Amino acid sequence: MQDREALPPRLRDVWDRLDHVNDPELDEPLTDLGFVEAVSVGEAGDVLVCFRLPTYWCSPNFAFLMAEGIRREVAALPWVARVSVRLEDHMCAEEMNEAVSAGRSFADALALRPEFASLDEVREKFDRKAFQRRQEAVLLALRRRGLAPRDVAAMTRGALDASGFAEPEAERQRLRYLAILDARGLAPRPDDPAFPDLDGAPLTEAGYAARMGGLRAVRINMEFGGALCRGLKANRYKEVVQVDGEPTLVDFLLERVPARSSAG
Amino acid sequence: MFKTPEGREIFVIDGHTHFWDGSPENQKNIHGKQFIDCFYGYHTALSPEDQRWEKSKFEKYSIDDLYHDLFIDGPDDMAIVQSTYLKDFYKEGFNTIERNATIAERFPDRFILNGSFDPRDGQKALEYIHYLKETHNARGVKLYTAEWNGDSKGWKLTDPAAYECLALCDKLGIRNIHVHKGPTIIPLNKDAFDVHDVDHVATDFQGLRFIVEHCGLPRLDDFCWIAVQETNVYGGLAVVLPFIHARPRYFGEVMAELLFWLGPDKLLFASDYAIWTPKWLVEKFWAYQIPEDIAAERGVQLTDEIKEKILGLNAAALYDIDVETQKARLAQAPVSIAAE
Repeated sequence: MQDREALPPRLRDVWDRLDHVNDPELDEPLTDLGFVEAVSVGEAGDVLVCFRLPTYWCSPNFAFLMAEGIRREVAALPWVARVSVRLEDHMCAEEMNEAVSAGRSFADALALRPEFASLDEVREKFDRKAFQRRQEAVLLALRRRGLAPRDVAAMTRGALDASGFAEPEAERQRLRYLAILDARGLAPRPDDPAFPDLDGAPLTEAGYAARMGGLRAVRINMEFGGALCRGLKANRYKEVVQVDGEPTLVDFLLERVPARSSAG
Repeated sequence: MFKTPEGREIFVIDGHTHFWDGSPENQKNIHGKQFIDCFYGYHTALSPEDQRWEKSKFEKYSIDDLYHDLFIDGPDDMAIVQSTYLKDFYKEGFNTIERNATIAERFPDRFILNGSFDPRDGQKALEYIHYLKETHNARGVKLYTAEWNGDSKGWKLTDPAAYECLALCDKLGIRNIHVHKGPTIIPLNKDAFDVHDVDHVATDFQGLRFIVEHCGLPRLDDFCWIAVQETNVYGGLAVVLPFIHARPRYFGEVMAELLFWLGPDKLLFASDYAIWTPKWLVEKFWAYQIPEDIAAERGVQLTDEIKEKILGLNAAALYDIDVETQKARLAQAPVSIAAE
């Protein structure tokens, strides 16, 4: 990860906004996944964000959702005049970038490929999965803290709001869970149970094992994609160009030399 | 043959292998390059460091390479070789049944040769299924529902044309229908991983067996549910298995789910050669235990008996292979490349 503090303020603003854009399938920020390749800012407040996915074949609907998220988040900065998003090395890159640069909406771009059109359905499906995955992470963290199924079932939204974790990853997941509760309008009041299911039904002690079984299945599915995507991304742009059998300095600068220990 | 540390001999059938040509000379366009590059990404992402190949060998390997990696260096006794045509990407196709037939002809006791068809070809698909049976005596096919064909960006097993093809397979005795349901190379319309079409055809074609490759991941829960309902649905472990190295705890979670829902008789070992090689996969699999807390949660164990089923006995049952007879036959023609 680059040193954000060292960046000019406007570039830093953009990178900070990009932390809020998630891969819909993996529910992880594009910046953590390493998908954002480059950001540039012009004097007039023009921003260009280039991003790349782990393979040429990654689902176009997810690519569109990510591009949309990038544009939305960056455009929210008060000084930004214009946002350009460029997807690189992807089977749909040409159509998509053309639609963006012509100022057409992504819905227009999608209309070019009607089979990918129902983005709302895709977005909702993966938003539900993200909710479940975050909920499991928080429940497991609470169990590690020593709470019994009875205790977590009885926990209210107010209590969860007030109980931060010392462990950074657990705390990160707690905040992400609270955010998605709010986004979905679940458990809005302090005395509401903190762990409703997607339809709002509260967690019970008797239903704990079944709930966790369901949440685990969602996580297993999502982690499969996550592990593959990270591995593929780590390796995709690392083909070494060799001169006289040795990588050149440029290869090291561009990180094209395989980082063997970190791959996979 | 895999020999356990205690000296037991385990019969191994590799449920999913390929003999492809993805070399630049055979690539028709950018898609061909990107396709083999993506496979190479899988290879490098999940293989142990000392098992990684040079790109050029990965793009195109010889019959001798394959034979060596599966049967001499590797523990396979037999291998199912699957066909993937991709003629829009590769001049001569990626690994057509004709290409695969060259290895099966040279080593007939070693290979089970599977074909493929695309129901969107209509009458031609039906004629092709006859050809698979008559010319290659195919006992199975590998279907790829996410493949593009003209304007179509995918199909379902429940499409009327697919039903006609499956009915013909049933009639001709092509009983093992391997279906790619897993990480997708070419994206489908809305949901590239949907497995529900398997549910319907498994009910309607009781004489066929549906082997869901990659266990439907990332739709493992849907797949498990369907496999519980349908007695003729199986799980192929290609792509699942290499996680044993990169993410061993995660692999344990997946295996626990599969054993809990499907039981030990419906899972098939597969290397997905040449994406991965069977030697390290089988060695690690034999040595593997599901972490205790995960095993306890689901009440399952990966015992030696279960591993033996997964490594070969389950596939032998599907392809009518009598293991003792086959062992005796293979013993008379010991592994050797020099025999040619």
